[in-house]
Amino acid sequence: MVKQLSWKVGGQQGEGIDSTGEIFSTALNRLGYHLYGYRHFSSRIKGGHSNTKIRISIRPIRAVSDDLDVLVAFDQETIDLNAHELHSGGVILADAKFKPNLPEGVTARLFSVPFTKIAQGVGLAQMKNMVAVGASSAILGLPLQSFQGVIEEKFARKGQQVVDKNMQAIQEGADYIHAETGGPLEGLQLEPSDGKKRLYMIGNDAIALGAIAAGARLMAAYPITPSSEIMEYLIKRLSSFGGTVVQTEDEIAAISMVLGANYGGVRALTASAGPGLSLMTEAIGLSGMTETPAVIVDTQRGGPSTGLPTKQEQSDLNAMVYSTHGEIPKIVIAPSTAEECFYDTIQAFNLADKYQCPVIILSDLALSLGKQTVEPLDYDRIEIDRGKLITDSEGLKELENSELFKRYERTEDGISPRVQPGVKNGLHHVTGVEHDETGRPSENAVNRKKMVEKRLRKLAQGIDFKDPIYLDDRHEEPDLLIVGINSTRGVIQEGLERLEKEGMKVNHLHLRQLLPFPTEAVRPHVEKASKVIVVENNATGQLTDMIKLHVGMGEKIFHVGKYDGNPFLPSEVYNQCKELLVHGHV
Amino acid sequence: MATFKEFRNKVKPNWCPGCGDFSVLAAMQRAFANQGLEPEDVVLVSGIGCSGRISGYLNSYGFHGIHGRALPIAQGLKLANRDLTVVAAGGDGDGFAIGMSHTIHAIRRNVDLTYIVMDNQVYGLTKGQTSPRSEMGFKTKSTPKGSIESSIAPLEMALTAGAGFVAQGFSSDLKQLTRLIEAGLTHKGFSLINVFSPCVTYNKINTYDWFKENLVNLDKEEGYNPSNRMMAMQKLMESDGLVTGLIYQNKERKSYEELIPGFDETPLAKQDLRLDRSAFEELVAEFA
Ligand SMILES: Cc1ncc(C[n+]2csc(CCOP(=O)(O)OP(=O)(O)O)c2C)c(N)n1
Ligand code: SF4
Ligand SMILES: [Mg+2]
Repeated sequence: MVKQLSWKVGGQQGEGIDSTGEIFSTALNRLGYHLYGYRHFSSRIKGGHSNTKIRISIRPIRAVSDDLDVLVAFDQETIDLNAHELHSGGVILADAKFKPNLPEGVTARLFSVPFTKIAQGVGLAQMKNMVAVGASSAILGLPLQSFQGVIEEKFARKGQQVVDKNMQAIQEGADYIHAETGGPLEGLQLEPSDGKKRLYMIGNDAIALGAIAAGARLMAAYPITPSSEIMEYLIKRLSSFGGTVVQTEDEIAAISMVLGANYGGVRALTASAGPGLSLMTEAIGLSGMTETPAVIVDTQRGGPSTGLPTKQEQSDLNAMVYSTHGEIPKIVIAPSTAEECFYDTIQAFNLADKYQCPVIILSDLALSLGKQTVEPLDYDRIEIDRGKLITDSEGLKELENSELFKRYERTEDGISPRVQPGVKNGLHHVTGVEHDETGRPSENAVNRKKMVEKRLRKLAQGIDFKDPIYLDDRHEEPDLLIVGINSTRGVIQEGLERLEKEGMKVNHLHLRQLLPFPTEAVRPHVEKASKVIVVENNATGQLTDMIKLHVGMGEKIFHVGKYDGNPFLPSEVYNQCKELLVHGHV
Repeated sequence: MATFKEFRNKVKPNWCPGCGDFSVLAAMQRAFANQGLEPEDVVLVSGIGCSGRISGYLNSYGFHGIHGRALPIAQGLKLANRDLTVVAAGGDGDGFAIGMSHTIHAIRRNVDLTYIVMDNQVYGLTKGQTSPRSEMGFKTKSTPKGSIESSIAPLEMALTAGAGFVAQGFSSDLKQLTRLIEAGLTHKGFSLINVFSPCVTYNKINTYDWFKENLVNLDKEEGYNPSNRMMAMQKLMESDGLVTGLIYQNKERKSYEELIPGFDETPLAKQDLRLDRSAFEELVAEFA
């Protein structure tokens, strides 16, 4: 029996690959396995090879594996493109219909299963997916009744007969394999799981759910890969809480609406990817200058320009930290698991209200779309803190003679009381032009200097963000510290474990707050390591440079980059780190 | 009840003496007072330009944003708090050049707000360049040999985009302008009011006298019916857009807020943000 394995289903895009993966993984999740699912898709809607790879394990995992155990193929292309990933004990389950054959050099076992024929026998060719699910379950030794609930939920609307037929298809797929093999395959049978209840979700869903939990009631956005799921989720759910989503004409409108709504007193957000964030840049400056809260999600994808829209990259770091003209206070946080996506989004809204500035939630494609197991989310950890927001006139001084409320009062911490419009005795002016304490435009040099300092003072002492870094601090004097951001959390973990097995002492730090840079939190861990490797999905080493800039010690900090559009594999992290430790260079 | 004087503040506008924008400000103040509004009920969201400065001269809440984006800011605000009276204002460059796309989409979307364009057919603040409203041949710093691009027809454009309220005023007719703004305020949905607001410094062609000579007042046109869209279009085309008054109004069209499924009468900004436990658990169940 094995503790973990990888299963992949592939075929033409639009052929039901997603739903096959969906049904298979939902059942596995309910059985209590830890899962990590990563979709390979292209920008085409129909046609083109597409696949979903699911890692199944009895302990937490958050990375795709180097190799593959089971490949379900609906066409020969799937075999040709993916069979090389299979290890020698691996299995291909292929539809007999296309007369599958093994490419040269591949030693995996090929089962030609009449997916389509069995499905037609049950009643409908489309159910070939279910036959494949059944066949897969038989190989891994999974109980078929675990699919009953999943199938019922999915097809209940279509009636009992459809449910029964789908279950029958699963059963017949399993029977076929049993007849061939006489039972689960040695080396592919999964150890039983702990049976605990957990969630299985993509980062984007976790962000959207976090936004609702944080009290966001308005989203304005323009569709873009890989952020659209956030919008789609909120379109489905926000109306039950009185809120709404506006699909705007562009991202400039989206961010501007978010500013208008936040100014009005509602928690609002927008989400996009690099191209949209580029358009939002001027308005992000307006948020900083007018001290209007805004929560903005950037789901990074391959850049620059349109780049690689459906591929993984981490190359927006500099843009998120440095873009917009002038100098504003801004916060950039970077969750690294779906669970953190949820809790960090709630924190993002609190930070935006508290510091009255833009807060960017940085994600990446692999985190946003990769599906992972999440421990049950804790209702009691949802906190809402609106900072110095004033929602009614109680306690406000009477304004006389067209006097204005001091919306931009220069307080000690730099944060001023913020009245939402509509409140009596709170009248004030808001402008992106330099202004005085009431918000009236002013070019006075003394005022200018004071206002710049007031705004920057808000974040100067650091921010109230709970976990600026994630740390796996195993050694007091490590040979190596590996640093990452966003979705590389799991893959670094696996690389680290392999290095440790060979006797190397390795610590792992994942950066969760990028701006203001948590220098004090990071420095001691860089200091005590002999060498530091920053693993990031980009070519120029954006995170590497930021660490060198803030923490120093650049002579022992090295960059390991990957920018071919794919996430790192555990072996790549392992090999590159080992290379550095053994040979002194990457 | 507030008088129009209570919508005045003590800031001296930095507009040139004689600038048409003074009258737009005065008309707004009168319209708000006539409608029984209090200063705290009103938010004036403005763009960037000489015209955009207007939010700083009105005693109300004001948001002076970035060039061309007054409308999306105003729409976000109105959706956040539907109890507020939200008015957006800006120049012809703001609304018909850099912000044109927002103008068209705000018309389509039909959020209940009033948009006043202070149209002087030129860029005032940046010291006299051509605008999308400048006539062909208009000589400016940026078009020393005369503009070679045609002028946009914003009201015809608005009609084709499906506008439910289209009006045009002129800074010299304060009474009519006040009435038009009031009509815009009471219209349920998006209202566009274009105002000929002469720039006395950089536009020596479209002057007060020029407008007086060329404008036709629809209020005085017998038989003009502002609920007839075809008639409105024809009138605009015949007159090259040189008319004032209520040009078109469709009282039937529902506002965006009315059409959002489940959108509450209570403004979002006044709602309780907390989820109750059972609602949260229901949401989470989808991922189990
Ligand atoms: C993004 C951006 N581009 C350019 C400018 C410079 N700018 C300020 S106002 C303006 C045009 C003003 O013309 P209009 O909107 O007609 O207003 P007016 O001054 O005539 O009232 C320009 C180009 C700016 N502020 N922002
Ligand atoms: S430049 Fe023109 S638009 Fe600007 S204030 Fe002077 S007259 Fe008015
Ligand atoms: Mg102008």
